[in-house]
Amino acid sequence: MSDNAATIGGLAVPISIPKRAAQRRNPLLLTPYGLVAPALTLMLMMLLGPLAGVIALSFTDYQLGAPSLSWIGLANYHEMFGDRVFWTALRNTLVYVGIVVPGAVSAGLAIALLIQSGTSLRSLYRTIYFLPVMATLIAMAVVWEFMLHPQFGLVNGVLREFGIAGPSWLQDRSTALYALCAIGIWQAAGFNMVLFLAGLVSIPKQLYEAAEIDGASSAWARFRLVTWPLLRPVTTFVVVISGIRSFQVFDTVHVLTKGGPSKSTEVLIHSMYTEGFEFFRSGYGAALTVVFLGFILLLTLIKSRLADRGAQYA
Amino acid sequence: MTALTKISIWSMIRHVLLIAGAIVMLLPFVWMISTASKPPSEVFSSELHLIPRHFALWENLQMAFAKANLWRFLLNGVIVTVSIFVLQVLVALPAAYALAKLRFIGRNALFALVLFGILIPPQATAIPVFLLLHRLGVLDGYAALVLPFTISVFGIFLMRQFFRNVPDDLIDAARMDGISEFGIVWRVMLPAAIPAVTAFGIFSVVAHWNDYFWPLIVLNSEHLRTPPLAVAHFRNAEAGTNYGALMAAAMVIIAPLLVAFLLAQRRFVEGIALTGIK
Repeated sequence: MSDNAATIGGLAVPISIPKRAAQRRNPLLLTPYGLVAPALTLMLMMLLGPLAGVIALSFTDYQLGAPSLSWIGLANYHEMFGDRVFWTALRNTLVYVGIVVPGAVSAGLAIALLIQSGTSLRSLYRTIYFLPVMATLIAMAVVWEFMLHPQFGLVNGVLREFGIAGPSWLQDRSTALYALCAIGIWQAAGFNMVLFLAGLVSIPKQLYEAAEIDGASSAWARFRLVTWPLLRPVTTFVVVISGIRSFQVFDTVHVLTKGGPSKSTEVLIHSMYTEGFEFFRSGYGAALTVVFLGFILLLTLIKSRLADRGAQYA
Repeated sequence: MTALTKISIWSMIRHVLLIAGAIVMLLPFVWMISTASKPPSEVFSSELHLIPRHFALWENLQMAFAKANLWRFLLNGVIVTVSIFVLQVLVALPAAYALAKLRFIGRNALFALVLFGILIPPQATAIPVFLLLHRLGVLDGYAALVLPFTISVFGIFLMRQFFRNVPDDLIDAARMDGISEFGIVWRVMLPAAIPAVTAFGIFSVVAHWNDYFWPLIVLNSEHLRTPPLAVAHFRNAEAGTNYGALMAAAMVIIAPLLVAFLLAQRRFVEGIALTGIK
């Protein structure tokens, strides 16, 4: 296939030679459309179409394999709002986000500040803290499961040394969700650290010198007067990113607890997976997805509003 | 003098805190290697020890490879991640070039769609995409694993930003030489964008090597399993009985990316930090 034929697709054949020359002088007629056509087609097929599809499906009773579907209005939503499992899943998701976001953001910030406050071993520390981000979460979840093993696990083994009888972390409904939160923080802290490090590097050195001349002698004063305000846009950004990622929590739940024991770790995406892909209730699964999308949209809006306000102050 | 002692005391506190944190970060990896090196009698002992008395890593690895077709699963991982990345580049680069350097009606609208697309989380489109693949009859195959990810709006965005900084003179010179617009994408823009393509490649390969959600949904056949799916199945079959082999399998699955990361740390950190822009 020649380059030209590929760019303008099926139109290459009827175009006569003088016209092609004209097009070469002004290549901005059809070529751009040829260049974006594959991307646009796939975007409509795999992204925008399915997005519209999931919203439409949520108003139907479609089940995979069913010969037909009918419009049932808000019935899926009625069922969902009347279902205790949905409210449990929503509450658990919010608890998870509410713990992992502050945990992983403050851990990431603290690590970044500590690494940046000295010069020695910077890259070694950065590498170590970044390892959990790289490692396949499913594999590490299985490792964590064994570390949290009530009898032979490392965590309870250490607790035993101090005379404390540790719980069966993942099998106990009062601890399972918090154990998953700990894994979530462990995995996300290094990622946030990298974003904070990038933010810290971009703060001009002169500002610290100026603050020192103005009497900000302690490290805390310099942090409060220079680092924190200048890091605010990055912090907002990291908080929202962490929020969006925590809302998507699924891997650890599915492989370690399947939402149990007694729904104590059931979360939104896990409910969506069970309804949509185990019971094949596509319509109901779509309604759960729409709720999830609502929260993601909310977070995105908060981000853009805060970004606007930050721009006003700057 | 006091300032100097103050600095060295702070430097010590810094190292103590960072080492304490590093131990927490590394503990799961250390425990994984330790358990993978222990015979069952030591794994199932309530007494804590990191260094195995009888070194059984080799036996555990052999058992892991015997119980699960790990080579095949690793190969699946390579096939899927490489196909996804190559197709993403083939689709994204021409579009990114058009968005960055050509003027056409609808360009701003298309770019707005790209920006909007970046906000859509992959879980949101899962049900309709699954139904589409079901209709196409390609579920439970490589196509089902690859096809939904051939479009990376994030890749288009990233490349478009990079291409905007490529000088127009370079493109005009190529046009004078009679290179078509399509040729310019591959012969002028791609070579200029190698750093960005590399960063995007790392981002893409890491994301899809580690992805669990989508393979879980579309796969049934054992021989098609990707590495994360393989670990999860291994765990369901063996947990409670064979932790040594399970930890050895986990080691094998995370090893390729971790080794690559340790060899090219800076590039990996940059590549993964890209997710931040998302």
